[in-house]
Amino acid sequence: MQRIIKHRQVVDDRWHLLPKDATLESVPNSDDVIIPLALWLEHGPALRGRDGGLGVWLDADEEPESIAGDLDRFQVIAVNFPAFTDGRGFSSARLLRERYGYKGEIRAIGDVLRDQLFFMRRCGFDAYAIRADRSPEDALASLDDFSEVYQTSVEQPLPLFRRRG
Amino acid sequence: MYVYDEYDQRIVEDRVKQFRDQTRRYLAGELTGEEFRPLRLQNGLYIQRYAPMLRIAVPYGLLSSRQLRKLAQIARDYDKGYAHISTRQNVQFNWPELEDVPEILAELATVQMHAIQTSGNCIRNTTTDQFAGVARDELVDPRPWCEIIRQWSTFHPEFAHLPRKFKIAVNGAVSDRAAIEVHDIGLEAVKNEAGELGFRVSVGGGLGRTPIVGSFINEFLPWQHLLGYLDAILRVYNRYGRRDNKYKARIKILVKALTPEVFAERVEAEWANLKDGPSTLTEAEVQRVAAHFVDPAYKALDDLDESLARLDAEHPGFARWRARNTFAHKKPGYVAVTLSLKPTGTAPGDVTDKQLDAIADLADRYSFGEVRNSHNQNIILADVEQGELFALWGELRELGFATPNVGLLTDIICCPGGDFCSLANAKSIPIAEAIQRRFDNLDYLFDIGDIDLNISGCMNACGHHHVGHIGILGVDKKGAEFYQVSLGGSSARDASLGQILGPSFAQEQMADVIDKIIQVYVERRTEEEPFIDTFRRIGIDPFKERVYAANH
Ligand code: HEM
Ligand code: SF4
Repeated sequence: MQRIIKHRQVVDDRWHLLPKDATLESVPNSDDVIIPLALWLEHGPALRGRDGGLGVWLDADEEPESIAGDLDRFQVIAVNFPAFTDGRGFSSARLLRERYGYKGEIRAIGDVLRDQLFFMRRCGFDAYAIRADRSPEDALASLDDFSEVYQTSVEQPLPLFRRRG
Repeated sequence: MYVYDEYDQRIVEDRVKQFRDQTRRYLAGELTGEEFRPLRLQNGLYIQRYAPMLRIAVPYGLLSSRQLRKLAQIARDYDKGYAHISTRQNVQFNWPELEDVPEILAELATVQMHAIQTSGNCIRNTTTDQFAGVARDELVDPRPWCEIIRQWSTFHPEFAHLPRKFKIAVNGAVSDRAAIEVHDIGLEAVKNEAGELGFRVSVGGGLGRTPIVGSFINEFLPWQHLLGYLDAILRVYNRYGRRDNKYKARIKILVKALTPEVFAERVEAEWANLKDGPSTLTEAEVQRVAAHFVDPAYKALDDLDESLARLDAEHPGFARWRARNTFAHKKPGYVAVTLSLKPTGTAPGDVTDKQLDAIADLADRYSFGEVRNSHNQNIILADVEQGELFALWGELRELGFATPNVGLLTDIICCPGGDFCSLANAKSIPIAEAIQRRFDNLDYLFDIGDIDLNISGCMNACGHHHVGHIGILGVDKKGAEFYQVSLGGSSARDASLGQILGPSFAQEQMADVIDKIIQVYVERRTEEEPFIDTFRRIGIDPFKERVYAANH
């Protein structure tokens, strides 16, 4: 079982991430699964009556807009970072939280390393599947790399200039 | 200038801690070179031909004497005793050790400086007019807006890993000395008919491999909405800019692919969701920031036109220097002075630690303790009393800053090129020097008048060759260093990109080529006509004919 950072703690994770080319038949009935977006878009109705939990994952070029009407179906939305330096997922998470009001877990997957965590956290992520060859325990500290920020963000809706005493 | 409060200071100190740990992890093998790369780049640290190069942010070019002394000390303690003023108003060190960089950053933090986002694919240092706040043709002081943008862009959580680097410039004057139309975003502060302040917004300008002049997508953005609108532009770019090919990743490519009209619509649609949100600027914040840029304690003085003219008559050298290296000031009795970092035989923009200390000293004695770096790689004392000008000139001559060539052919913008840069096709500094040596007759140089000559060692265009009236680009011809010449570029308000003259030249031909180009201009100009106007009138052909004429 993999271990991920969730709500600032390293925990065992029960979710199964299905690959991009997963078919409807490969989705187990009772396990908790995170399915690729394409599968949801094609077979959404068929996936509703399952016993297990349901999450969806967006690749970096897949748009939160495409699931904006279905958000209450998902306990988890994972956002993939194909490379550490690919910052599209930051925008995706912010849109999910700020524009579409998603309240469930937003999980960073892919090339996730500790030096992105502070930014991810501010964009609305609350779970991080740190790349398998790195320690999630070490990464925890980076959630707090900075003690102050200038901009508005998901967790701090007021920019510094509205808070400066 | 802007002075940090406890919040600003804390952010910079947190950064030092963060980078110290990142460097430690890299040196301990916990981060691979590939993983460390984006982290060090976002801190201005390139690995170069001989050593790392560290680029230090000088927000919109402003430096205090205290900061200058710190830079001098860093040049002494961690480098080979000199620093380099970049074409984006920053400062670069060419020889620091990687291991020392966290300590250098800690030193910088003690004087409210840093290297945050000075390279890498993020929002870079915002630049502006080097005469901001003192120019007579200024409508709006751009500096508070630059500072507001600096804070907004510093560790912006959503835009930490853009498709490519991103540069913003702000202009608030009639002349555009900030070259806003060749920036990813160019902002021109304007007033509407009701006298309210807003910004004209240009996007998608840039140099590099695909030089493009930007397109204006908003003619009047009310100031309150500046940050929300920037968020909207950056979000569209972050989501849809190309990431598959780094040469097509700048926002200019996206704007061109969509067309500026469609790009503007996308931004409008995004902005409709962000408008009036918490990022909407308040009067109180703008005033808080602007209070740092109010006029220094100017004395009530009169212009000294007559006594200066008398000194001119007695000292032709002073007259020449005054004609080129001073700039009219909005306050009677004051003048802005440009220290030329372009004497022949020095790499354009290089200053030694001793010179930095000396400049700090001059700033304290002559100009309220502040200087500005210009994108032309010179340093400016912006608030000098006219009555002190003669004494200052004497000091500048001794220090080697009084070469009377500001804006002239030998005031060359030049990238580090093959002497330092691993991406170079060709050297650029020796070309600058060969041209400076050829044009060493001051009378002739003055007669030629205003002209921008810009040199880049490769198509990345760090030396802005596309927008030089004369541009020189290093190219690789079967492994040999060659130079392509273009004419007619301009980064001024009517920005234009240079046209290529023709086949490239060998290094030893370059001084002759420039000589011939200048001859054509001198023969064909009408009275008082600057080079760029003559070029626009007569076109490129007469230049081509002369330069490529068979040698008899
Ligand atoms: C020596 C190490 C340097 C390296 C490796 C380097 C690398 C690059 C690269 C790769 C680009 C093109 C980026 C793009 O088109 O997206 C670029 C652009 C640029 N560089 Fe440098 N550079 C160096 C030094 C400098 C210096 C010393 C200056 C200032 C004197 C400078 C100023 C610029 C500017 C202004 C641009 C922007 C041109 C544009 O708007 O596209 N660079 N640099
Ligand atoms: S233009 Fe080319 S050679 Fe010059 S500094 Fe930039 S990357 Fe290096």
